[in-house]
Amino acid sequence: MKYGVVVFPGSNCDDDACHAFGTLLGQEVVKLWHKDHDLQDCDLLILPGGFSYGDYLRSGAIARFSPIMNEVIAHAERGGYLLGICNGFQILVEAGLLPGVLLRNENQTFISRNVYLKPETTHSLLTSNLDPNRTYQVPIAHAEGRYFADADTLQRLNDNDQILFRYCDAQGRVTPEANPNGSLENIAGICNTTRNVFGLMPHPERAADPLLGSTDGREILESLLAVTV
Amino acid sequence: MKFLADITVMPQKEILDPQGKAVKLGLHNLGMDAIDHVRIGKHITLEVDATDRTAAENQVRTACEKLLANLIMEEFSFSVVPIESEELTVKS
Repeated sequence: MKYGVVVFPGSNCDDDACHAFGTLLGQEVVKLWHKDHDLQDCDLLILPGGFSYGDYLRSGAIARFSPIMNEVIAHAERGGYLLGICNGFQILVEAGLLPGVLLRNENQTFISRNVYLKPETTHSLLTSNLDPNRTYQVPIAHAEGRYFADADTLQRLNDNDQILFRYCDAQGRVTPEANPNGSLENIAGICNTTRNVFGLMPHPERAADPLLGSTDGREILESLLAVTV
Repeated sequence: MKFLADITVMPQKEILDPQGKAVKLGLHNLGMDAIDHVRIGKHITLEVDATDRTAAENQVRTACEKLLANLIMEEFSFSVVPIESEELTVKS
């Protein structure tokens, strides 16, 4: 299993992702420059967090047309695994690889703090090793993370078990108070219908090293190691 | 022939616009209570080379649909006017 972290101008969590998958989880990781067209035989691609293209126009809107995105989209359409974290999630919705959009946070501010996540399903590679009966503490750091989709899309996401994580409180209760950014139904992460493309606003890679105070994120990332290709 | 496009991108009406809501609050704090339904969008201008106005409009519409607006959350409108060439604007 080889991991590729795509680096856009303005990405700033590419090193965090490489550290988590490479140093901490002992996997083979390479960085992929956004102007390249070679995915270097990576099995799982990661679009990291950051502010690609300065978040100009809309977060992720311009990165979506970076040269490497042709290959990234083709990889996903072939069934290849693709994970978007934070800005990476924003790029995936802009690219139409995941449904919905991420709007400006309801309170208009950039939010950087730890939140609790409740895995909503174990029927996806990213959540396959998680316990739906406990919470995972992982940081968020974004200004545009308010998940929105029209009523039909939201219904389909629920019906197809595509919601991976919801924001909750420490006890695992999914309440309006535990919703940091105004996301519909506290949605923090979703997958596509073929369950090979994952997007989430929280940063599991920033909660993977014991030095940083929590390793809950590491458990999320470890789920990805379950697959062999 | 060059055309100037004036593009307006607005959040869809059914989507909460917290920026507009905050600005409305500010206006009310100024005592302007008669103001309501403040919504904030984007104004984009660009120049486009095209054979005629219809061709220019088609290019602008494509730009809006593919990149300038995200139709899941926004709607757009635009106008296109020919840019007078320098020769025409020079006063003899």
